[in-house]
Amino acid sequence: MFEHKTFSRAAAIAAVAGLAGLAPVKAEDTVKVGLILPMTGGQASTGKQIENAIKLYMQQNGDTVAGKKIEIIVKDDAAIPDKTKTAAQELIVNDKVSFIGGFGVTPAALAAAPLATQAKIPEVVMAAGTSIITERSPYIVRTSFTLAQSSTIIGDWAVQNGIKKVATLTSDYAPGNDALNFFKEHFTAGGGEVVEEVKTPLANPDFAPFLQRMKDAKPDAIFVFVPAGQGGNFMKQYAERGLDKAGIKVIGPGDVTDDDLLNNMGDAVLGTVTAHIYSAAHPSQMNKDFVAAYKKAFGNRPGFMAVSGYDGIHLIYEALKKTNGDTDGTKLVEAMKGQKWESPRGPISIDPETRDIIQNVYIRRVARSKSDGELYNVEFQVFEAVKDLGKTKK
Amino acid sequence: MTSILTNLFDGVAYGMLLFVLACGLAVTLGLMNFVNLAHGAFAMAGGYVCMLLVNQHGWPFFAALPLAFVSSAVIGIVLERALYRHLYTRSHLDQVLFTIGLTFMSVAAVDYMQGSSRVFINLPAALEGQFDVFGVGIGRYRLMIIVICGLLTIGLQMVLAKTRFGSRLRAAVDDPRAASGLGINVPQVFAFTFAFGCGLAGLGGALSAEILGLDPYFPLKFMIYFLIVVTVGGSSSITGPFLASLLLGIGDVAGKYYVPKMGPFVIYTMMIVILIWRPNGLFGRTAAR
Repeated sequence: MFEHKTFSRAAAIAAVAGLAGLAPVKAEDTVKVGLILPMTGGQASTGKQIENAIKLYMQQNGDTVAGKKIEIIVKDDAAIPDKTKTAAQELIVNDKVSFIGGFGVTPAALAAAPLATQAKIPEVVMAAGTSIITERSPYIVRTSFTLAQSSTIIGDWAVQNGIKKVATLTSDYAPGNDALNFFKEHFTAGGGEVVEEVKTPLANPDFAPFLQRMKDAKPDAIFVFVPAGQGGNFMKQYAERGLDKAGIKVIGPGDVTDDDLLNNMGDAVLGTVTAHIYSAAHPSQMNKDFVAAYKKAFGNRPGFMAVSGYDGIHLIYEALKKTNGDTDGTKLVEAMKGQKWESPRGPISIDPETRDIIQNVYIRRVARSKSDGELYNVEFQVFEAVKDLGKTKK
Repeated sequence: MTSILTNLFDGVAYGMLLFVLACGLAVTLGLMNFVNLAHGAFAMAGGYVCMLLVNQHGWPFFAALPLAFVSSAVIGIVLERALYRHLYTRSHLDQVLFTIGLTFMSVAAVDYMQGSSRVFINLPAALEGQFDVFGVGIGRYRLMIIVICGLLTIGLQMVLAKTRFGSRLRAAVDDPRAASGLGINVPQVFAFTFAFGCGLAGLGGALSAEILGLDPYFPLKFMIYFLIVVTVGGSSSITGPFLASLLLGIGDVAGKYYVPKMGPFVIYTMMIVILIWRPNGLFGRTAAR
């Protein structure tokens, strides 16, 4: 009997413990964050990087903040705006999320904007880079970058560094046009001349004719913006056609030499100068730790999308800390405004007026690392605390 | 002047590449009367096989190219025996639905196994860069494409026109019933032809990685180009698609060079004009058949 008794007591304890473990956390103790990311399709690497970075952040910082458990729900929109909208609706109405975040491309971020406004839920943009996005809803906050930030800076840098004639090659879609216009404005204002302007179709099979045109125009440099993925093809054909030997440099916003793809581009890319917000070779201790942890967890190098995701979830954590766990959307957005922190990319903050990111823009040159033999963007000049010049102009 | 010739050269290389990629489709569509929208998937398979062999197993590029052909042909013959042959007699709509489904499956499968980012094949140094011939820039890689594709085209034309297999194939296409009555093993001829077309696509896929870019969306992105080549060229022979490919390749390159603003539309404009002028394509069958 004795034995039986202990057994049943043990069983009872085990049962109670089990129940406690299984018991669902009460709804009001959980804060749900809906992530809408392109996990399939041509933009999938963006989605994967952001998801990875968020996982990493939550491993490092725990999944509880201000007494609330953070639950992440990921929805795949394949970068198709219609799907983004449906996903946002489902997340807001069915899952009752307190934040929506992610957004791989500009049209996706724009598609969710009216829903964020209507539901009064913060929309944290972690990838898309067109200036107008944050103006589409008072609930949009951005932790990625704007193309104006990098393109104006590279325009200024080019003029200051003896580049007088530039031919441009940009993809014909909103971010490409943004990049082109902001670059042109700053480059020509500084006395530079755009000798050739080519817009390539988004689904571009072959750069050959465009590059031949660039070569014949004999500029000092080519300003390039093509979507991530095409950068490698561009650089290879640039070298194949001997533009590097003709002394024509490549400059551009850093998307072309994204850390994600850079190492596979081959020696053709060496010496390319870009302006961007993040390089995996950024020399801060925080970044070294971040890169090491990311590599260890996912086996590859983080790119600027990963950092934007990492900062995006950080901002969500900080906002919840500030509101003490209150999930009122308006209060959360207020709490996000003016946040300042040290990111792996360097010091950043959220502009209280535009809810857009203020950050350093670095001028980098592609070089082969002596330690691991891989290609990196090595930063050699900093433009500090750059606002989104796309908006300050207006 | 020199840039005209360089453009012409680039255009020919691009056209040749289009031809190798699309001629398998011309065969299945024109000769076998089967709408195979999954054609690009075989090209992608060849490209990935070549990439894996060269980058991960250290094969030389030129040894991996034939393997790209063989592996796509093998996949082709397996699928033909297992799936395709059941659809030969079905309506075109069924064929379209089936092959488009297959295309999506191939995209998802490659995405799952190899990831969605673009891959590159490590080329031997001998194929990189350009050399000058009287001031005309000739890309080594593109020159290789022209040589390989040119030889292939001649070979194909010879096989079709001069060999016993060629005449069997033409007979099987023109009248399968009479042909089998004469003792030609029609299903075997079709299976072999299908596999060969897939193999060519695989070779084309491996060759195009450098120029068109290779990623899991290849079959969807370039489906439209293959179809343009076949529609413009007409699908009754391989001469039609060959000339169409060259015309489109040169037109596309020249259009992008001389009128970059209109660049992407040139290929479509050419298609529309040609089809208005000759609705069955340049070398289409006349309505009599």
